[in-house]
Amino acid sequence: MERWREAGSAAVAEAIAERLASDVEGNSIYLLMNPEGRRLAGNLDRWPQGVPAGTDWAFDTVQRDGLTTEARLNVMELGNGYRLAVGRDVTEKQRLRDLLAEGIAWSAFAALIFAVTGAAVLRRALEQRLLPAAQTAEAIAAGDLSHRVPLSARNDEFDRLGRSMNTMLDRIDRLMEGIRGVSDSIAHDLRTPIARARAKLEEAVVGPDDPETLRAAMERGITDLDNITRVFEALLRIAEAEAGARRAAFAQTDLTPVLADVAEFYGAVAESRGQVLETDLPPVLETVGDRDLLAQAAGNLIDNALKFTPEGGHVRLTARALPRERIEIVVEDSGPGLAPEDRARAGTRFFRADSSRATPGSGLGLSLVRAVARLHGGDLLLEDAPQELRGSPGLRATIRLGSA
Amino acid sequence: MRILLVEDDAEVARFVRKGLQEAGHNVEHAANGRDGLFLAASEQFDILVLDRMLPGGVDGVRLVETLRGQGNRTPVLFLSALSAVDERVKGLKAGGDDYLVKPFAFAELLARVEALGRRPTVEAPATKLKIADLEMDLLSRTVTRGGKRLEIQPREFRLLEHLMRHAGQVVTRTMLLEKVWDYHFDPQTNVIDVHVSRLRQKVDKGFDKPLIHTVRNAGYMIRAEG
Repeated sequence: MERWREAGSAAVAEAIAERLASDVEGNSIYLLMNPEGRRLAGNLDRWPQGVPAGTDWAFDTVQRDGLTTEARLNVMELGNGYRLAVGRDVTEKQRLRDLLAEGIAWSAFAALIFAVTGAAVLRRALEQRLLPAAQTAEAIAAGDLSHRVPLSARNDEFDRLGRSMNTMLDRIDRLMEGIRGVSDSIAHDLRTPIARARAKLEEAVVGPDDPETLRAAMERGITDLDNITRVFEALLRIAEAEAGARRAAFAQTDLTPVLADVAEFYGAVAESRGQVLETDLPPVLETVGDRDLLAQAAGNLIDNALKFTPEGGHVRLTARALPRERIEIVVEDSGPGLAPEDRARAGTRFFRADSSRATPGSGLGLSLVRAVARLHGGDLLLEDAPQELRGSPGLRATIRLGSA
Repeated sequence: MRILLVEDDAEVARFVRKGLQEAGHNVEHAANGRDGLFLAASEQFDILVLDRMLPGGVDGVRLVETLRGQGNRTPVLFLSALSAVDERVKGLKAGGDDYLVKPFAFAELLARVEALGRRPTVEAPATKLKIADLEMDLLSRTVTRGGKRLEIQPREFRLLEHLMRHAGQVVTRTMLLEKVWDYHFDPQTNVIDVHVSRLRQKVDKGFDKPLIHTVRNAGYMIRAEG
């Protein structure tokens, strides 16, 4: 415009030629027309018809060097019939935009494909990893408790899940076993004394009417019933301990006085049989547990030791704290000990070693000890006692209590 | 003693009632919790013997809680088929004074009923217990018989004290186990007998008249005349 005012159409034409020459990309569009409609300068073949004069930047299709292209144009009247069109070829841009749009569409499509296949693969992988757990759960729901979730070596969250499932299943299995054990025991070992008591009473009814005999038979019957009740109580207590139902009664307890009391309690028995019951207890032995059950467990061990140790024998009760809040209660005796093959079975309900058939007892003592130890996060260990307790190998029973 | 028995099982009720009556007690019986509560609240009894589980919407524990809520301090003995320790604790917490698990020997029930019933209602802080020439000083924790001091260990002292506090009454082995040792399990062996016989050695040996007597099929009793 300035050139026009200063120097007229020739100068404009010159400026246009200059600009076109310096335009490397070749996108610039110029066209200067004289009033007769003749091209004075510029690179358009024809005056763009679609763009009215005075509009700012409109799109139109123009003829440029014999080619039809898209352009953005600004058309102005310079006066005296001279017209100037200035613009920019946007074909490249258009093409670029199309290319971009296409690219985006394709990549979106590709992303979608990837997402769908990825999800499918992931889902498959998840299913694959969870399949064993699901199969195990199904098998268990169907009633077969022996199944366990197979674990991989990866030790990832699935393995952790599997492991906790397995722990849970082990626990359930143990409880089921306990229930089965109790019902088996009830079936086997309560039936026998019940049958015996029944037989005796029946015999008394049909027997001679001698009041003395009758009375004796009835008394024996009552004794039998009392024994049945005791066995029953013991079984219930074991079941209670095994089921963990007694954990509600757990409290902070100092085991030393508890054990000292038990030792004193059974000490009288030892004394009456000419046995020696020694104790070696720390001044304080704090733990969390059920006082009554722990006393009973220690009592059962001492009672066993005293029963199987001959007159003049030694029984020793020791307890000590182990690292990590674990506690060990040991009862050693100078008795005949247990044969290795019996050791594994001792602690199962009603097991009685052949050598002990003559001694009184229900065969439930060690079961209870084991159940109590397990309730307190520990276990019962049976081994040969050290020789220092004189004589025969003897038995050493250890209750380990974990930090329950 | 006037005893209220609240028990829904007719056979057990009949048996307990008959036994207590034969022992010279006056027994009222209610077959359900509501009747039992009504009787217990409206009449005077020396002891209540309650089944833990009762029909009629009011079980043994509720019954005791209600009575205690009204300030009724009549001693209560629970009879229960529930042997779990929690259940015992629940019963005693509710205000029960003793807890006996079914099945029980009648001698056990009778001993416990009499121990509860004759318990002094106001705990007189007696400092001395005396049976014939046997004297127990609760403050200095010494025991003498015929003026001669007896060497008695702390646990034996408690055992003897329990027997003497219930002089003339049968004290069963289970009662001793519970009251003297605070054990609620079966010790498997006749440990209590061993302890009593040891105590007997100290108390009765060398004296004309034995004081500690064995009651057949029941337990022990300390009394002056043989």
